[in-house]
Amino acid sequence: MKLYCLSGHPTLPCNVLKFKSTTVMLDCGLDMTSTLNFLPLPLVQSPRLSNLPGWSLKDGNAFLDKELKECSGHVFVDSVPEFCLPETELIDLSTVDVILISNYHCMMALPYITEHTGFTGMVYATEPTVQIGRLLMEELVNFIERVPKAQSASLWKNKDIQRLLPSPLKDAVEVSTWRRCYTMQEVNSALSKIQLVGYSQKIELFGAVQVTPLSSGYALGSSNWIIQSHYEKVSYVSGSSLLTTHPQPMDQASLKNSDVLILTGLTQIPTANPDGMVGEFCSNLALTVRNGGNVLVPCYPSGVIYDLLECLYQYIDSAGLSNIPFYFISPVANSSLEFSQIFAEWLCHNKQTKVYLPEPPFPHAELIQTNKLKHYPSIHGDFSNDFRQPCVVFTGHPSLRFGDVVHFMELWGKSSLNTVIFTEPDFSYLEALAPYQPLAMKCIYCPIDTRLNFIQVSKLLKEVQPLHVVCPEQYTQPPPAQSHRMDLMIDCQPPAMSYRRAEVLALPFKRRYEKIEIMPELADSLVPMEIKPGISLATVSAVLHTKDNKHVLQPPPRPAPPTSGKKRKRASDDIPDCQVLKPLLSGSIPVEQFVQTLEKHGFSDIKVEDTAKGHIVLLQEAETLIQIEEDSTHIICDNDEMLRVRLRDLVLKFLQKF
Amino acid sequence: MDPECSRLLPALCTVLADPRQPVADDTCLEKLLDWFKTISEAGSSLLLLQENPCLVELLFQVLRPQDLSARVLSFSLRLAGIFAAQEDCFQYLQQGELLPGLFGEAGPVGQAAWTAPTVRSGWIQGLRSLVQHPSALHFLADCGALDTVFSLQGDSSLFVASAAGQLLAHILGLSMRGPAEGLPSLQAPDWPACAQKIVGHLEESLRSTAPPQVTQALNVLTTTFGHCHSPWTRVLWERLGPLVACLLEEDPLPAAHSLVDLLLSVARSPVLSSDCGLWETLAQTLRHLSPTQAGPLALGILKLQDCPQALRAQAFGVLLQPLACVLKAADQAPGPPGLLEGITGDSVTVDTLLSSKSACAGLLCRTLAHLELLQPLPQRPSPWPQAPLLGAAVTILRFCNGSAAPASDVGGRLCALLAGCVRVQRAALDFLGTLSQETGPQELVTQVFSVLLEHLRSPDSSATVLKKAFQATLRWLLSSPKTPGCCDLDPHTQLFLRELLPVVQKRLCSPCWEVRDSGLEFLTQVTRHWGGQAGFRHVLLTSEVPELAEQLLRDPESYVRASAVTAMGQLSSQGLHATAASPEHPGGQQKSLLVELLRILSEDSEGFPRRAVMQVFTQWLRDGHADVTEDTERFVARVLQAASRDLDWEVRAQGLELALVFLAQTLGQPGSHCPYAVAPPQATLRSPPAQALQALCRVRLFEFAFRALFDCDRPVAQKSCDLLLFLRARTVPHSGPQEAGGSPDVVSVEAALQRWRAGEQGPPLGDLEPETVLAVLRSMDLEGLRGALAESSDHVEESPQSLLQDVLAAVGVLGENQADCY
Repeated sequence: MKLYCLSGHPTLPCNVLKFKSTTVMLDCGLDMTSTLNFLPLPLVQSPRLSNLPGWSLKDGNAFLDKELKECSGHVFVDSVPEFCLPETELIDLSTVDVILISNYHCMMALPYITEHTGFTGMVYATEPTVQIGRLLMEELVNFIERVPKAQSASLWKNKDIQRLLPSPLKDAVEVSTWRRCYTMQEVNSALSKIQLVGYSQKIELFGAVQVTPLSSGYALGSSNWIIQSHYEKVSYVSGSSLLTTHPQPMDQASLKNSDVLILTGLTQIPTANPDGMVGEFCSNLALTVRNGGNVLVPCYPSGVIYDLLECLYQYIDSAGLSNIPFYFISPVANSSLEFSQIFAEWLCHNKQTKVYLPEPPFPHAELIQTNKLKHYPSIHGDFSNDFRQPCVVFTGHPSLRFGDVVHFMELWGKSSLNTVIFTEPDFSYLEALAPYQPLAMKCIYCPIDTRLNFIQVSKLLKEVQPLHVVCPEQYTQPPPAQSHRMDLMIDCQPPAMSYRRAEVLALPFKRRYEKIEIMPELADSLVPMEIKPGISLATVSAVLHTKDNKHVLQPPPRPAPPTSGKKRKRASDDIPDCQVLKPLLSGSIPVEQFVQTLEKHGFSDIKVEDTAKGHIVLLQEAETLIQIEEDSTHIICDNDEMLRVRLRDLVLKFLQKF
Repeated sequence: MDPECSRLLPALCTVLADPRQPVADDTCLEKLLDWFKTISEAGSSLLLLQENPCLVELLFQVLRPQDLSARVLSFSLRLAGIFAAQEDCFQYLQQGELLPGLFGEAGPVGQAAWTAPTVRSGWIQGLRSLVQHPSALHFLADCGALDTVFSLQGDSSLFVASAAGQLLAHILGLSMRGPAEGLPSLQAPDWPACAQKIVGHLEESLRSTAPPQVTQALNVLTTTFGHCHSPWTRVLWERLGPLVACLLEEDPLPAAHSLVDLLLSVARSPVLSSDCGLWETLAQTLRHLSPTQAGPLALGILKLQDCPQALRAQAFGVLLQPLACVLKAADQAPGPPGLLEGITGDSVTVDTLLSSKSACAGLLCRTLAHLELLQPLPQRPSPWPQAPLLGAAVTILRFCNGSAAPASDVGGRLCALLAGCVRVQRAALDFLGTLSQETGPQELVTQVFSVLLEHLRSPDSSATVLKKAFQATLRWLLSSPKTPGCCDLDPHTQLFLRELLPVVQKRLCSPCWEVRDSGLEFLTQVTRHWGGQAGFRHVLLTSEVPELAEQLLRDPESYVRASAVTAMGQLSSQGLHATAASPEHPGGQQKSLLVELLRILSEDSEGFPRRAVMQVFTQWLRDGHADVTEDTERFVARVLQAASRDLDWEVRAQGLELALVFLAQTLGQPGSHCPYAVAPPQATLRSPPAQALQALCRVRLFEFAFRALFDCDRPVAQKSCDLLLFLRARTVPHSGPQEAGGSPDVVSVEAALQRWRAGEQGPPLGDLEPETVLAVLRSMDLEGLRGALAESSDHVEESPQSLLQDVLAAVGVLGENQADCY
């Protein structure tokens, strides 16, 4: 059993598990932090961005000044943003049988895999995952395609040139594999390969293994996966949460008794407690708006935004913000808000019960009804007519490199009254802000990551007790910035196995058993013999028939009646020969009685020696020794076959045959 | 006993003795016992029994084999005990062989009823009451009850077991009272048989290998040494002390908690504390106990008045050890010349700290709590290691919020165990607050303020931690030194305030109401103390805090609204209200605050904000707040009108408080107002009472007070009664003869009062003339009313007669309820 690790990002995993005869890809996350090296794509012509000076080498060589621009001491690539794909060389991706998706954030690389690697398998995911994943992809494609950029920089990627660049470009890894965004056509094609599944549904893969999605509590439709055969169980935990937010709670019980538990997608900000961060978010939002400033919240169109809107719904009246407009701007804003209301069965119990009242499960419906929350596909069109300040704007993309957020950063960045509040933990907010420097607006970092923290992981592992834990290397040591925080790592026994990008792990357990069925007529013919109270044995002679990874013992063919030579010949071709088997022996030899028996049969001068494993009976006269051990008996005599057979028969007297 | 009760008693006894009758509930029986106890304490029980033979009959009934309920049996045992507490009555009951029947082997002991814990408890409590005189001791010896008491020490019911232990201590004390008093040298072999038997039993238990038995013996001894300080206890300790000392050699130590209690009880006894061997035992025990168990003993030793210095030092060392470990783990020098210097983290303490999260948090919390208790005591160790303790508290808090840099593996483990531990954070913040009583090196004080700010700022601080952090901050702020020769705040404090105010601002916007509430409470307190300091005023007024606080007057959570009302009242009193300083609108905003508070008083649906408004208004009136003095009468009239309609009695009572302040001011009560307050107009002071009464009439104070006199809530009526009595005392001597008596006005007021007394509403009284009011006041029996109100409202229902009737009615003996039964 092997694990091929194609991504080094702990929360955007992409691993391939070879288990029995199947090849299963676990998630295909897309690392978008690469886009932070690029200049933002402004929706509206930005003189500031277009007038940034080109970058030149220390010696004044300016051959890269078309590709690289400098802003406040940082160098950015002036090109269409590119993404860092999972490793494609480590394993032939066309051999992947299935892809299991755990949540909508972990499927963003799917079109690259399904459309460009010869992949012919099946993808499994829950319905909300697919629908919201589609929205995220649609938004991404839309953000990038609506700001066409003529130029595609590639010169800087040359290894010899990259070496000369300043950090962080110099240290960017695998730049040659970075790719531009996929198209909507590729998205549609990729999504068409997905088979929808429900929680706890058992899916057979070629009869060899069974995969089952379980609720993971992190997002709408988010799942952990169980991959199991009859005797082995691998759990894949990715992006789980034990907090009470909108999704169905995490199913922990089903993860018990795993041989291997692959653990990914823990919180990216282990020191920040989501509740505290929500409080911080609300307080800062209120303080800004009270002073007449605007609040910008760069976010994804689904996920934490639902919880934030719910908190604000309860908070705005108490904070005197009832008259402040909230805008949600995304090409998929409308669909996201509406989808969230229809996936009732995937929601937490509280929200499910609301549906039967009937009420919309999320209170953002009421915010929309009362005109407190308005949503627009983009800043163009209706939005510009309705726009009123001070206001709160939720919009993408959290990397601040594309999407409507770029416009608001340009618009509001110059005033210290305004505030940008980062709630998505995926990007370093300092790096995200780099191309907007110098910036007067206030920046607040309130990352809200509801995924498991290390205390919860430790409790979870105690609860489900897997034999082995496998996790990204980042989880096996404290974060580099807080090297003394030994509590911020996985602490389990035996220590977790860690992996990094482009590594292949041999998972530490051997398969020992395989389930075999016995045909009823064969079972009928068996005659068990009780060898110990409660233990019966029977010998089986049968034909092992294997098809579709199922093994069946069938009755051996009867010796065919001697008929015409032709027919007989054919039969013997098909059916393996059944040899007459020697009987099996069982039982143990009581040494004293055995010696007495030997004496009775005329052997004398018998000596018994005890050894570590049993006894040696020495027949000194006959120069023969009988070695009696727990699982074997040897008669060693010098070329006297008669004697050996005599002795053998005496030994056999003490043993049972069947 | 009053005749009516005597008349009802036979019926009651019959009911109780009849197993077919359902017995009244336990509370009734408890009340009956309380009543009998009061009667026997007040007079002769013998007489009581002779006058009410039914009681003895009842006790005899219990002896008969029948299925009496367990609670009646228990009741009878306790009742017999109460009566037999008096020796003559005991003899009387003995004549009938009643007592052996109840408490001896022939009694319920060993019978089926004994399985009920309530019967065993009744038996013990009966004996506890009974054993008050020498005859009782003989009785105990004769009927063999002691052995039963011994066995009940291990009873499955904790109440019974504990009562058995206490009874033994009591019997021992009583049996020694006669012979040992005045004979300090009386040796154990000469002790009375009863005492010998108990001591023998205790010795046997102390030698036992079963920890529960040891615990029982230790508990009996703890009670004995705690309650009895006669010389014989010294002999007892001489005899049993070595056995107790033997326990220390066992590993693990049996019954450590009980042992600590006993040793402390012995050490506190004036008869025994001069014993050197005792100090040695205590020192030895300190060494043997685990760090968690040793804490309470160490604290107890340090609280003792006269104890050897070496032992005190050892005990203090035990208390400080966990903190020394923490400091060491963070590589912090304990700081000269701290006491912690000599104490290196003992490995046992380190092991306890690192064994688990709960053990670590438990030990630290207990240690901090013990030191917190010790800090204010006069006998606390000296020199008090203020600096190392401050350092330890700061380090613990830093471990909890993850900002401490661990210096060793131990530090790393501590960091992992304490990170985010709210329990320890709360304890450490409390402790830090206590340490503010004294100052420390400036560098450490700076650290204290910075760690407090970290906690106040951190989004991860839970609501309770924030509250504690605010409290500790307040204590440190108020204890910070004033700049010499200047009444303003010192520069450090000023700097801190500048950083603190934005935090308070953010906390006032928190979505968590508890946090907003703590923020407002802090604001109120700090303004109360520093409202006059220019530095504070400047920082506060340049922040948005006052505006935010005002906005919270409309908070959805009533507690927050109440705190906002208090805070705004305080800010306004100090002239710190949001735009009070703006020259264009002098007092413009202030007025609107008064209007806003009046709105809350009349409209808020919850009681807390309205109560807070009344308190603020009373304070404003007392202090002569500018808005109030502008037109005091109008203000009082509006407030009283609103308060009189309020459904919350506390608001009405507070209205009377405000009325009293107004009254005192109007009538010129000396010292009624704050010396700093703007003095009421001199004219009022000098005005003759008649004119002052006019003012009281104009604000309709009398109508408010008269109505309150018949308020359905007693405290309101009492307060009103006091107010009117005060008024009458102040005014009647000044008024003329009863010229208004019998006038139509007086008649109509009295008629209205009658209606109110009867609970009817009735129309308002309208404008009253002072003469009418005085006449009414004179004619009222206010003293009588005060007497009636002083009795509890349920004094009728609580009477023994009513109790007896209730018990009888419950079983239908009185026949009143028969119509209801089918």
